[in-house]
Amino acid sequence: MGAIEEFEKVIAKRHQYAQDWKQKNGGKVVGWLCTYVPEEIIYAAGMLPVRILGSHETQDVTDAYISSIYCPFCRDALAQGLKGRYSYLDGIVHARSCVHIRNTFVNWERHVPIDFAYLMFMPAHVQSPRSKPFLTKEYGDFKEALEKWSGKVISRNDLVRAIVTYNTNRRLMKQIYELRKRDNPPITGAEAMKMVIASQLMDKAEHNKLLGQFIKELYGRDIGRETSARLMLIGSEMDDIEFVNLVEELGATFVIDEHCSGTRYFWDEILPEDDPLAAIAARYIDRIPCPPKDWPERRRLPFILELARAYNVQGVLLYQQKFCDPHEFDIPTLKQMFTENNIPTLVLEFDATIPWGQFRTRIEAFLETLTFNLV
Amino acid sequence: MTATARYKTKPLDCWKKAKELVLEHYMKIATAKEDGRLLVSGCAASCLALPAGLGDFVFMGGEPYGAVVAHDPSFSIPAMEAAEARGYARDMCGYMRNYLGSMFLDKYYFTGGPWPRADFCFGRSFCDAGHASWYRAVHEYEGIPYFCYDEPQGFNWSGSAEQKKEYLAGQLFDGIEWMEKVTGRTYDDEKLIEALKNFFRTEALWGEVCLLNAAIPAPLDLKSMLSLMPISMLRRHERCAVEFMEQLRDEVKDRIANGIAAVATERCRLATNAPPPWSFLKMFRYFEGYGVCFVGTLVYTVNSGEVKFLDDGTVIPAVPPEERGWPPMKDRESAVGTLVRWLFEHPFGFHVDWDRYLVSVAKHWKVDGMALFLNRGCPLMNTGLQDSKRALQEAGVPSTIYEGNFADCRDVDETLIIDRMETFLEGLGISKLPVS
Ligand code: SF4
Ligand code: SF4
Repeated sequence: MGAIEEFEKVIAKRHQYAQDWKQKNGGKVVGWLCTYVPEEIIYAAGMLPVRILGSHETQDVTDAYISSIYCPFCRDALAQGLKGRYSYLDGIVHARSCVHIRNTFVNWERHVPIDFAYLMFMPAHVQSPRSKPFLTKEYGDFKEALEKWSGKVISRNDLVRAIVTYNTNRRLMKQIYELRKRDNPPITGAEAMKMVIASQLMDKAEHNKLLGQFIKELYGRDIGRETSARLMLIGSEMDDIEFVNLVEELGATFVIDEHCSGTRYFWDEILPEDDPLAAIAARYIDRIPCPPKDWPERRRLPFILELARAYNVQGVLLYQQKFCDPHEFDIPTLKQMFTENNIPTLVLEFDATIPWGQFRTRIEAFLETLTFNLV
Repeated sequence: MTATARYKTKPLDCWKKAKELVLEHYMKIATAKEDGRLLVSGCAASCLALPAGLGDFVFMGGEPYGAVVAHDPSFSIPAMEAAEARGYARDMCGYMRNYLGSMFLDKYYFTGGPWPRADFCFGRSFCDAGHASWYRAVHEYEGIPYFCYDEPQGFNWSGSAEQKKEYLAGQLFDGIEWMEKVTGRTYDDEKLIEALKNFFRTEALWGEVCLLNAAIPAPLDLKSMLSLMPISMLRRHERCAVEFMEQLRDEVKDRIANGIAAVATERCRLATNAPPPWSFLKMFRYFEGYGVCFVGTLVYTVNSGEVKFLDDGTVIPAVPPEERGWPPMKDRESAVGTLVRWLFEHPFGFHVDWDRYLVSVAKHWKVDGMALFLNRGCPLMNTGLQDSKRALQEAGVPSTIYEGNFADCRDVDETLIIDRMETFLEGLGISKLPVS
């Protein structure tokens, strides 16, 4: 089986994968809700961190818990818990990001049976020199809580091993992303997304093996069609592979992204330091920030523009989950930035299910403009 | 007294003074430049005492300004539209859209004249749906310096509180140094200490006033409290706020002693969790026709005021540090330390503790029911609303949820609110009083 098929299998059977892992390794499975959760510490404790994702189905089980003014992703994720689809989870961890997903955490802790729940204060003031030493101490508390819960001491070596495994994962995915800079990338946007989402669901050591295999498969690979318009996908949570597929079928290729199932998840590595917790903290403080952590000055926008240039992007899809205020803050400025740099943008608002009929017409028109510009 | 009136009533003696203090504040903002006063803008729930070390200053709190504007659709709608035209979506913080819209239009509500450009923005990041990104927008648009600190309390964060306090204090020290740098002024710690004393005292006094409304009949109604609260919200670091709050507290006690009601027809007491839909304050007057008195809102009891929720479910007025034997504030370090301790002793407690707080105030105020506001204008306030409803139900307090938007009148369906409330009142056995 090729690596892509393996990624697809894990994504389709994510719950089975986690349960099999548990059986095989005898460790605990911990769900996380935001990419600011330091998975490395969970992994060092011999546990499997898995991202909690929605199912993109219409549902009404969350109405009694989360008001309709919150984003569809946070409601969809909670729905999975309420429906018992994550009943195998031993713990759930969240690191402060936005108001919406915190709702998911608190409701999960209160209304879904779970053995361990941890709500970490991730600084939003990441530009303050105070944030790193503070976060290092917070990680110390988190490590202690995991040790107390599991009865297992997390040694320095455990942490270093986890860091190495996670850094390898990041480096390999970055290597694959590098190939997307080519005139004819050997990988589609949908395939890249499958790779990253699988990474969020799998044991990183296993994922690393698949990445090694994938890199070999990519030598001389051809996606079997023209690259056409080179697109960038920017936004918040995004695991709608079907959407990415459909856009690419219209005659375009996503060559790069900036969202939390893409570069924002894995781009930055952990740099060595004496204290492994401090090293992990530095990574999460200095990583490409999410919009609510991008103040007083903006660091996210220059990074995005640099990526767009490096990948020779011709058009940008800016998507936003309905009611997602963090990203609503950035979209006007992003649009302006791209306009000033002559890169057209299209803004799309996502719900749990996608109104593809409406989107299709707009995306087709957008792609036509891009092609016209290119001619 | 009318036929349906049960209690004697009279206007507050300090009403005129209250109006003057609020208006004076907003006019001081308008004239800050010509008066040589520093104008600082930021989240109104920040520690307003901090810029006091710089000398004469006035703080433009974004949320109260957004609320005042919301009250007047003829100003608010164009402001909202101006914000939308710049890409700010309709579901974003409503107060912020009123504020940013005014800035984009270059119009200040209180004078109709130009928007008062602040010398710098200084605030806190507590709500991830507004605060920090809001003033970044101001910083970018107006090109003014900006400092914001993270406040790690209020959501039952895991882990020890010690490093969180240290992190907050560290940022506050940095903030003070930053203010000195951007203004070129020397920071006077004595002024900070003085302002902090006022700050704690005003908060405690306003909290006490809110709790005094447990009396039957209630000496104050929510509609009046909403006009008094801005003094505590906007000027709590000033001596005038302390003096006013003392006067108000004494007057409220006097009203209680003499059985003077805010609503002469009071026979049903309701309270709420949130700010009101500011464009529809007349709903309170309307429900007086049912004998309903709204006796308070949790949010302003703990936001512009301070109270202490005890483990046994009771709630008592907060006591300022000076009266509690805390180490005296004698320098910057001890002043900031006291502030941090105060903030952590009175956590906002959103979602998790909020249920407990709501039940406590409901019982304290002896309410017949709670009208919870699903406020589409503030993503933060609605966290755990359904859990709050369940908690109230378990505590035997009937409640309803009505929807709307505190800051955007286009998102307030008055008929729907009235319908929902009337149905709720019907369930409580309350119908319209005969017109006398
Ligand atoms: S960042 Fe946006 S999409 Fe992600 S959980 Fe928050 S509101 Fe939802
Ligand atoms: S969303 Fe609510 S809590 Fe946040 S800044 Fe606006 S009014 Fe304040």
